[in-house]
Amino acid sequence: MSTLNHAIHHKTLAELRGMLDGKDISARELAQHFIQRVQTHDGALNSFITLTADAALLDAQGADETIAAGQAGALTGIPLVHKDIFCTQGVKTSCGSRMLDNFIAPYNATVVERLKQAGTVMLGKSNMDEFAMGSTSESSYYGATQNPWDTQAVPGGSSGGSAAAIAAGLTPIATGTDTGGSIRQPAAYCGITGLKPTYGRVSRFGMIAYASSLDQGGPMARSAEDCALLLNAMAGFDPRDSTSSEQASEDYSAQLNQDLSGLKIGLPSEYFGAGLDAGVAQAIEAAMAEFRKLGAEVREVSLPNSELAIPAYYVIAPAEASSNLSRFDGVRFGHRCDSPKDLTDLYERSRAEGFGDEVKRRIMIGTYALSSGYYDAYYLQAQRVRRLIADDFQRVLSDVDVIMGPVAPSVAPNLGESLKDPVAMYLSDIYTVPVNLAGLPAISIPVGFAQGRPVGLQVIGKAFAESRLLNIAHRFQQATDWHRQIPPAFK
Amino acid sequence: MSITPNEVMKIAHLARMSIHSDDVERYAHDLSGILELVEKMNQTDVHGVEPMAHPLDMSQRLRADVVTESNQRELLQRHAPAVENGLFLVPKVIE
Repeated sequence: MSTLNHAIHHKTLAELRGMLDGKDISARELAQHFIQRVQTHDGALNSFITLTADAALLDAQGADETIAAGQAGALTGIPLVHKDIFCTQGVKTSCGSRMLDNFIAPYNATVVERLKQAGTVMLGKSNMDEFAMGSTSESSYYGATQNPWDTQAVPGGSSGGSAAAIAAGLTPIATGTDTGGSIRQPAAYCGITGLKPTYGRVSRFGMIAYASSLDQGGPMARSAEDCALLLNAMAGFDPRDSTSSEQASEDYSAQLNQDLSGLKIGLPSEYFGAGLDAGVAQAIEAAMAEFRKLGAEVREVSLPNSELAIPAYYVIAPAEASSNLSRFDGVRFGHRCDSPKDLTDLYERSRAEGFGDEVKRRIMIGTYALSSGYYDAYYLQAQRVRRLIADDFQRVLSDVDVIMGPVAPSVAPNLGESLKDPVAMYLSDIYTVPVNLAGLPAISIPVGFAQGRPVGLQVIGKAFAESRLLNIAHRFQQATDWHRQIPPAFK
Repeated sequence: MSITPNEVMKIAHLARMSIHSDDVERYAHDLSGILELVEKMNQTDVHGVEPMAHPLDMSQRLRADVVTESNQRELLQRHAPAVENGLFLVPKVIE
């Protein structure tokens, strides 16, 4: 597939690496190009919360010196955007909330630090649902992000800013986080590639916590090959995160080209029932035909407890959120109300003013589920159901190598729809939430369009099988060009 | 299972979040909607199933009991709303 015709801002990392190392372009020129793209194309799109142009040019200059010294790594001089949930030293880290509108992070998240060490050039911070609670990026204090494919549509969420920025050619790569689908679902809606790693694979240190037993950071990019390069820099044990896995990380690029013949793919019947959009189903079927051509066997499997995942998630995630977000008290950092009359007033008004509606709903439902008399009925029950869901995956993944299905039941909905019925929005995550409950890795790759909007395929693997998922996605992307499609308004 | 306006006020107080009286009905409706969604889970028989607290069933790692962090009080207090002599200021708690 020829990619030579793509503009600089739609090139892959391998192509950009070639240009940088071949001195066709300097890291500074590359950063300048993307800064200009953001300045001219991000007005209504609103995928950035903060643009750090000056710091980017300075970092790029450093990258040029590294390149000139012949010491460039895979990511040296590559521009990127961090989801505004990752702490960035000296740069506003808002988490999409009024609560942190005035918060300048005093240190870097481990992910940010690692990517800095790898020579990346941070362009800025991307828009997101407030505290990562949402599936549309509309709950941000900084306004909704649009979908580059159709400005009437949402980009998905909560990592909607990162996904939209990549699709629109405002950055080649970005970081995201995924608690119930927040990397995979916006990747699907925006036609890009996004990987949620195994729980514990990527450090959570400096990543503002939503639901600690589910949160996981991961790479977002144009292709699986680019995600592998980004994951190489992100993954690995971190002593500062007590849930970080001690298992050694790998070279996630090493297995990309492995042959797929004999690959056993399971399609869960529960992911293809009523509620799945016909156009989405069609695109997934066409992808299965492609995998068969690549030598894979496709068979039906069953994850019988799938329908319990959303109910369990909406107890576990809010319960953990209500605990995590108790730190925002108007005392040590973040928003404080004017002239509090006593300490309780300070807490209650600072939090009422600092948090938006969706965050308040989740804090309250979590507080209720953990309150005296309800703990066993809700939280403990949800943790038991969680095991049933995890056991389903374990059983199926002992028969097949990977599970495939749609990322979401439909393509991106229109802006404003979710605001009418917040609970209905929760159901857009029915295929992604179970994976977080089980702690497994999963990748979202573009496999076509329905109603003119992108469709994503989800590939779910065994714990720590990131290399295998990237390999499967890469082989598919070698045989197809869905991942090289560009939104007409952002060529 | 539904949540009454009274319960909303009680939960909001537990969460130390004031709710405007105009919004109480709306939150009661929204929270009841979430509980309705959750209800399906409560009908599931989970007798004898061990609760799952960690997705990979790993236990918390312990570290050596040694000092690893340096004192960064000034840096960390730089963005506090009100600080004096290295202390965070809040309204008077004890008369």
